[in-house]
Amino acid sequence: MEKFTQIRSTAIPLPIEDVDTDQIIPARFLKATTREGFGDNLFRDWRYTSDGQQKTDFVLNNPTYRGQILVAGKNFGCGSSREHAAWALYDYGFRVVVSSFFADIFRGNALNNGLLPVQVTPEALHAILQAIEQDPETTFEVDLENQTFTLPATGLEATFDIDPFRKICMINGYDDIDYLLSLKSEIEAFEHA
Amino acid sequence: MSKTLFDKIWDAHVIKIAEGGLDVLYIDRHFIHEVTSPQAFDGLKQRNLPVFRPLQTIATADHNVPTKDQHLPIQEKLSRDQVEKLRENCREFGLELYDLGHPYQGIVHVIGPELGITQPGMTIVCGDSHTSTHGAFGTIAFGIGTSQVEQVMATQCLLQRKPKCMRITVDGALQDGVLSKDIILYIISKLTAAGGTGYFVEYAGSAIRALSMEARMTICNMSIEMGARGGLIAPDATTFEYVRGRKFAPQGADFEAALSKWEQLYTDVDAQFDLEYHFDASEIGPMLTYGTNPGMGISVSEHVPDMALPGDSPVSFDKSLTYMGFKAGESLLGKTIHHVFIGSCTNSRIEDLRLVAQFIQGKQKAGHVQVMVVPGSQQVAQQAIAEGLDKIFSDAGFDFREPGCSACLGMNEDKIPAGAYCVSTSNRNFEGRQGPGARTILASPLTAAAVALAGKIVDVRVHFNQN
Ligand code: SF4
Repeated sequence: MEKFTQIRSTAIPLPIEDVDTDQIIPARFLKATTREGFGDNLFRDWRYTSDGQQKTDFVLNNPTYRGQILVAGKNFGCGSSREHAAWALYDYGFRVVVSSFFADIFRGNALNNGLLPVQVTPEALHAILQAIEQDPETTFEVDLENQTFTLPATGLEATFDIDPFRKICMINGYDDIDYLLSLKSEIEAFEHA
Repeated sequence: MSKTLFDKIWDAHVIKIAEGGLDVLYIDRHFIHEVTSPQAFDGLKQRNLPVFRPLQTIATADHNVPTKDQHLPIQEKLSRDQVEKLRENCREFGLELYDLGHPYQGIVHVIGPELGITQPGMTIVCGDSHTSTHGAFGTIAFGIGTSQVEQVMATQCLLQRKPKCMRITVDGALQDGVLSKDIILYIISKLTAAGGTGYFVEYAGSAIRALSMEARMTICNMSIEMGARGGLIAPDATTFEYVRGRKFAPQGADFEAALSKWEQLYTDVDAQFDLEYHFDASEIGPMLTYGTNPGMGISVSEHVPDMALPGDSPVSFDKSLTYMGFKAGESLLGKTIHHVFIGSCTNSRIEDLRLVAQFIQGKQKAGHVQVMVVPGSQQVAQQAIAEGLDKIFSDAGFDFREPGCSACLGMNEDKIPAGAYCVSTSNRNFEGRQGPGARTILASPLTAAAVALAGKIVDVRVHFNQN
């Protein structure tokens, strides 16, 4: 996993609630057996018509908005456990997703892949979306060490929670598996107890 | 100290508490399938690791498989490659695979219970969110991502923070024509698609106790649809009798020994939950969803709400209704339906098929409706054939197919056309879930059967009141 400490970027607004992982990456694109390339089909059916034309009204097709931060409505990532959703967002270029609420499995999958879920209050989410609407060029700063999400232009600052263990893993690029592998003898002892 | 059932099972599986306060949780059984495993196997290969406990790892092919002519090679190349990859990986890592054509093949959450692999008190995971199904046996079962599939294959453990615990009590008797599927759709409509996030749910109460094991599985299956990681039901005589004698269940004296442990699996009377809900079973009608998440449900006799629920955005509500082609405030009764899907890990077990067959026996589907009946496993299919249910289905014009996930997620050829309505016994009504543009209305197997006969949305209770 790649290390994450801080980024500074413009953001892309997606003020839809309950965005499920079937929308993030539809099932018919889960047939690949590697982790790469899922970004091409990120939000496939919201991005493209059935004959492959770009839908101009979808935000990812709007050149006004760019950036490594996705700002979405509450309960982002609900539904299927497919980690492909996190891979697709990351592969497309996102490093942070902001929402007022994340589904559990998605949150875990994102953290395991260097994609930072930033959970803010509904009020802060509203303010962030408004700031993007007023000025799509506005940049945000995400600082994992200090757990802050700030809009330097206005001084808006939101703090966010992250599991302390997950934080260390993300900052250092560690995977859980390294730690679990180090417990082999304890696991075997547990099995025989 | 008093403990909930969840605490008892969880605590018994914690090997140690890691730095940062996460629990190292031991996993008793790990199910894998073709879609969420290949990248995990690649991870093992890169690290040069074996599967740590191959005998506790069970593999099947279900998501991608065709439901016609399973004896022939899979037509679609990418699906064929993915299933082939699973075969290669299982061979290389020494895992048992219930492959196409194997008498035990089927949807992963159907085969675990029917083979007796799923047993009370266990921890079970799978790279699939509906792993919650297995909770019906009094197990802690939940879905995981592919990185975690790799962790479990490598170490049989996961790092987890213990979730909060919620109890949902349903007391009373169900109306005729109302099934366990209606109970869970009703609960989700009350709690919303996010209402269970951060929690594990225990289902309790007389209405839950009265259910068969298969009906209980339907309830636990959809726990994830309210955001909960899983749901469980304390095992009782119904559970023990279901497990007894199954292929991989303990046999003879071993079964009796296991039984004495399983009988300890209940929530202590004064144990505390973080959250409690109570519902009255008699108030539940046959349920339908009108929107694009499973929380958007109403009883068939209710109308689509006029506006988004408090706290929900009107934009998302309108988007959902536009997708479905429904209007705020309207009734769904009488809407013409062209597709009915009876299947998925929610409702594809033998009891579901029996209920449907009994209901439609001697009748014909409406001419314009296409009805797919997809059994959950080879064993369910064989049982249905042995009981002559296949004949009842074909006489009624229902298409009885071979086992797999099928139109639940449309990874194979079984897709619902864009814009068409499908009354479906599956668990997700997300946009495009059953095929790009498809419009899914979730319902119970009885409601689905009644809709198939009428060709439009009807209240299945009418049939019961007549008799
Ligand atoms: S039947 Fe549907 S929900 Fe169940 S495991 Fe298969 S795809 Fe998932």
